[in-house]
Amino acid sequence: MLDITSQSLTSLVKNIKDKKLSSEEITKAFIDRSEKSKELNSYITEDFSNAIEKAKKFDQSPNLDLKLPGIPMAVKDLFCTKNLRTTAGSKILENFIPTYESTVTQNIWNEGAILLGKLNCDEFAMGSSNETSFYGNVQNPIDKGLVPGGSSGGSASAVSGQLTPITIGTDTGGSIRQPASFTGTVGLKPTYGSCSRYGIVAFASSLDQAGPMAQNVEDCALLQEVISTYDTKDSTSIEFKRNHYSKELNKDIKGKKIGIPKEYRVDGMPKEIEELWQKGIQYAKDCGAEIIDISLPHTSYALPTYYIVAPAEASSNLARYDGVKYGFRAKGENLIDMYEKTRSEGFGAEVQRRIMIGTYVLSSGYYDAYYLKAQKVRKLIKNDFDEAYKKVDAILTPSTPSSAFKIGEKKDDPVSMYLNDIFTVPVNLAGLPAMSIPAGHDGNGYPLGLQIIGKAFDEQGILNISYAIEDKINFKNKITDWWIK
Amino acid sequence: MSIDLKTIKHISKLSRISVDDQKAEKLVGDLNSIFEFIEKLNELNTDNVEPLTSVAETTLKFRSDEVQSKNIRDQIIKNSPEDNEDFFVVPKVVE
Repeated sequence: MLDITSQSLTSLVKNIKDKKLSSEEITKAFIDRSEKSKELNSYITEDFSNAIEKAKKFDQSPNLDLKLPGIPMAVKDLFCTKNLRTTAGSKILENFIPTYESTVTQNIWNEGAILLGKLNCDEFAMGSSNETSFYGNVQNPIDKGLVPGGSSGGSASAVSGQLTPITIGTDTGGSIRQPASFTGTVGLKPTYGSCSRYGIVAFASSLDQAGPMAQNVEDCALLQEVISTYDTKDSTSIEFKRNHYSKELNKDIKGKKIGIPKEYRVDGMPKEIEELWQKGIQYAKDCGAEIIDISLPHTSYALPTYYIVAPAEASSNLARYDGVKYGFRAKGENLIDMYEKTRSEGFGAEVQRRIMIGTYVLSSGYYDAYYLKAQKVRKLIKNDFDEAYKKVDAILTPSTPSSAFKIGEKKDDPVSMYLNDIFTVPVNLAGLPAMSIPAGHDGNGYPLGLQIIGKAFDEQGILNISYAIEDKINFKNKITDWWIK
Repeated sequence: MSIDLKTIKHISKLSRISVDDQKAEKLVGDLNSIFEFIEKLNELNTDNVEPLTSVAETTLKFRSDEVQSKNIRDQIIKNSPEDNEDFFVVPKVVE
């Protein structure tokens, strides 16, 4: 039998259209592999029997004009799915069953895809290793005991481990790109306003964006084409000309100007990351791109800015979890006591930490010193990019300052954990699109990623550059299926 | 600048998260190391910089004020941790 789960999305779509595979065969293959992959802990909630029913129904009268005809896929458990539990990785939403569907997932089902289940993630997407999830650590398919990155750790693990052909994650400070880099997969964080935030459990509303994660750039382009729509239900959704990203995907990047920011060469960065970056630069040159040295002078201020802005927005967004209307409730002697105990028992340590940071920076007497200051520095960071984009079309950097680390290694040191996102956070603060593509391995055989940052709304530009470089790199993920007995 | 136990207790009240003494001690350490890292922003003079509130440089669109979701009370109440069919129930607030 044709091996199904190792196929790309594009190949599966073709096989369905050519009637070589049925939706049921494909769906069953991914379910079968997911059943054998419990040790990865990629799923929080499975919806396998419904998925098979939907696949059978699809096969009875297949609409082959759809973009994702009968394709099964699991999604990050931050997207509300109607009538299927949505936890955001938190105890406080352990029993929450949405009565509505997120716009992004609705777009996916409208194109014929079938939901397999909900994937593990850091609690409320706050984390860089998936270790803050109430539903346990996720294993990186690359090696036992290795984090998959975060917060879209279950998503990255599921794509890398071939439990789903594609998936969607969310990226507030690097939560798509960093796990993609750690698992040898491709992830795209679109321009702020490109994909609707309606029905996505909110973390930091001025930074959150949904985006595709896949085995390759072509699959990413197709999924981006499906999920990016203007939506009146999200007041920050932006109307702009959205390309047919997959149709317009091409490797011709001759004459494209690619900027190399010197500030991304940070102290203590392993030699292999620097070498990877140089390799990426060479590949871009080989494709005919012009390399230009640029400066983004406020880069080192991005992370401190982020750790004011994101917790501030989170403290406000998470005020809704009070044990009254939905979610977990602890017993209390009175209303206030019930609120305080509910939030203390319902939220994990990292979420409580961030709510408290956010509350503090917004509190009377500290607002100007912290929150307003951070908003001003955020402006300077955005100005850096605006200046750079007068000279270049895109920017090339490493995705992360290291490869994946061990589970538990950074858990007790929040600042060292936060430093993981040093290369990804500036992009969110400026609202730009960026993607991570796998580009090599470190000494342990762990994957390393390169990040391509684009101008606002130029998803096509960075997809094309990634597509061209991907072709030169010819990356192969080293997956041994160690978790399958 | 340093955050002490008293400040932690104050923030805990504001954020409606109860913390016992042991947890408060840990938070003092965590928040101080995070704020030490955040203080780096003070290196920058931002006197004449406009704060950035949104990266999306669009004006919010108006829509007509019409009810979009009708008759969804049962669905909404369904997720409540404690209900009496028609209302959300909370501990007694008026003596």
